[in-house]
Amino acid sequence: MKYAQPGTPGALVEFDARYDNFIGGKWVPPVKGQYFSNITPVTGKAFCEVARSTAEDVELALDAAHAAKDAWGRTSVTERSNILNKIADRVEANLEQLAVAECWENGKPVRECLAADLPLVVDHWRYFASAIRAQEGSAGQIDDDTVAYHFHEPLGVVAQIIPWNFPLLMATWKLAPALAAGNCVVLKPAEQTPTTILLFAQLISDLLPEGVLNIVNGFGVEAGKPLASSDRVAKVAFTGETTTGRLIMQYASENLNPVTLELGGKSPNVFFADVMDHDDAFLDKAIEGFVLFALNQGEVCTCPSRALIQESIYDAFMEKALARVKAIVQGDPLDTDTMLGAQASNDQLEKVLSYLDIGRQEGAKVLTGGSRATVEGLEGGYFVQPTVFEGTNDMRIFQEEIFGPVVSVTKFTDFDDAMRIANDTLYGLGAGVWSRDGSVAYRAGRAIQAGRVWTNCYHAYPAGAAFGGYKASGIGRENHKMMLDHYQQTKNLLVSYNPNKLGFF
Amino acid sequence: MRPKGLMALERVTATPAAVDLIERLEAQHGPLLFHQSGGCCDGSSPMCFPRSEFRIGSRDVYLGQVARQPFYMSGPQFEYWRHTHLTVDVVPGRGSGFSVEAPEGVRFLIRSRLFADDEDERARTEPVLLGPQHV
Repeated sequence: MKYAQPGTPGALVEFDARYDNFIGGKWVPPVKGQYFSNITPVTGKAFCEVARSTAEDVELALDAAHAAKDAWGRTSVTERSNILNKIADRVEANLEQLAVAECWENGKPVRECLAADLPLVVDHWRYFASAIRAQEGSAGQIDDDTVAYHFHEPLGVVAQIIPWNFPLLMATWKLAPALAAGNCVVLKPAEQTPTTILLFAQLISDLLPEGVLNIVNGFGVEAGKPLASSDRVAKVAFTGETTTGRLIMQYASENLNPVTLELGGKSPNVFFADVMDHDDAFLDKAIEGFVLFALNQGEVCTCPSRALIQESIYDAFMEKALARVKAIVQGDPLDTDTMLGAQASNDQLEKVLSYLDIGRQEGAKVLTGGSRATVEGLEGGYFVQPTVFEGTNDMRIFQEEIFGPVVSVTKFTDFDDAMRIANDTLYGLGAGVWSRDGSVAYRAGRAIQAGRVWTNCYHAYPAGAAFGGYKASGIGRENHKMMLDHYQQTKNLLVSYNPNKLGFF
Repeated sequence: MRPKGLMALERVTATPAAVDLIERLEAQHGPLLFHQSGGCCDGSSPMCFPRSEFRIGSRDVYLGQVARQPFYMSGPQFEYWRHTHLTVDVVPGRGSGFSVEAPEGVRFLIRSRLFADDEDERARTEPVLLGPQHV
C-alpha cells in the first residue's frame, strides 16, 4: 500500500505550518522570532517551518530544566518507570502516524519506520522503564564497624544533540536512559529532521512534568554550540562526526563535564568461505547480510560499507550478492513495497555523488549502480542507486563514511588477512562476521577492534545489547542498562558505626 | 624532502563560489579555519569555524589555505587522504555540526581528484606541517 503524502487528502499526518520550541511543557516561540523551512527529501520541497533558536532560547530551556530537576530527581523509580511505560504505550498507539511523519521528514522507506524504527522506540522506552526499576545501589561492609553505601543520583540537567538518520530512535536512545535516571534534558534535534520529535512531544507532553524534557531546534552554530558549551549542563551526549565530537569535548573540558560521543564508522562485513558450503537458509541470510548496506539508504553509522569476501568464494558469492542488490526496489518511501528511499538532504546527496566520483577516479570498479536515481513522480527527490564498488582497502571509498547506499568490496586470503583489512580503519563502531564455524566467528569477533560485532547477523539493534565505538568512533555505550551509569553520579556514604575516635588528635 | 626553492605542493583549493562564501563568512565572523571531519552523519565534510573556536592539535596536519583561511585535517585521517587533491565547494543544503555556513542554507563540500602522475610521488612522500600554523 501507499500512504498519502502528508497534507494531502486521506493523509495520516498533517503537519502544522510552523513549530515552536518545547520548553517547560509549553510551545514557546524563538526569542528572535526566526524560523527555518523544513524540507522533505522525498520531493525536495518545504513542508513546515521550525524555530531557528539562539542562545537565548537555550537559556530558557535550561531555566525550565533547572526548575524541574530537583522534583524530578526525587520521584520514585516506580513513578518514572511508569511514565516511561506510558510513553511507550502512547508511541505504540500512534505508531503508524509517527512512522509516516518520519518517512516524510527523513526520506527513509516507511516499511523500515513501521517494522524497525518505531517498534524499537517503543521497546527502548520499556527497556529503560524496567532497567531503572531493577537498579539497586549497594552496601559494602568495609570492616565490622564501617559500611560503604552506594546510591545512584541523577546528574541534573543534561544536553543531548542527536542526528537525523533515525530521528525518533536516536532521540529515544538518549532520552530514555537520561529520563529514567532522573535527569532533565535539553534536546537539540538535527536541523535536517527537527519536526517528528516535536510530534512525539505533542503526543506525550501530558505524561512528563513540565521542564523535564525540553526541545530546542535550530542550527548547530546558533543553538547547538550554546547548549554544548553551557556551564549549566552536567553532561553532553552527542551523535555525529569526529570534528564536532572534538569540539564538544573541547567545550566539555572547559566545564569539566563528561561526554558520550558516537562518531560513526566504516564497518567491515567479513564473509568467510564456509558460508558457501551449502545453498541453504544460512547462505540466503548471509547474502541479505551483504545487501544490508542499503538499509536506511546507507545512512547508518554502522552501515556495513566494507564487504570483505574470502578469495576462494569471491566470484560465486558476488554473483548471488549482486543479483540481490539488483532486486532492491527503489521508489516512493511512502509505498510499503519500497526498500530504498531518498537520501536525507541535498548536501547528503551531493556528498554521496562526490564519493561515487572519487571511487571511479581511484580505479574502483562499479559492479552495479553508481549514479543518482530518478523516481517517477518524485523528480526533485534525493535518490541514489544502490552501488557496489570493487577495490582495495587503501581507497578513500573504503576509508570514509559515505553515508549512502554504497558498499566497497574487496577480497582476503585467510583469517589473518581478513583481520588486518578489517582493522585497517580509523573507526571501530560496528562489524559483521559470517561463518558456519563457531570458533572462526568467535575469534574474528574478538580480533576486530569494534564495539559491536554482529556475528551471523547484521543491523539488529535490540535494547539490552551495548552499542558504542572503539577508536575514533566515540566514547561510551548506548542501548544497555550500563548506560544508566552514563547519566548518574555515584553517591557514596561511608558510615562508621564505631563510637571510638581515631586517636590522631 | 622538498628541494630548496620548490613551491610546496598545493593540496587544497576552493571553487570561486566557495571563496565568495568564505569571504562573506569572514566578514561576519572574523578569521576562520577549516577542519576536515570524518565519520557519521555530517562526516567527511569540511567544518568551518571562527579561528579561535576550534583547538588544532599537535597531530593535525596543515594542508594549506583556502581564501586565506587555514585548512587542517587529523593526522591519521590525512594518511588515507594524502594521495588526493581537495577542492572546497559549496552546495545548497542543510548543514549540521557547528559549521558557520549552515544558517546560510548551504554546506561546504569536498571534491577530490587524484594527484597527477608528476605530483603523486610528492603528495605521498613530501613532509607536511603538523599542528597550528596560523598563530
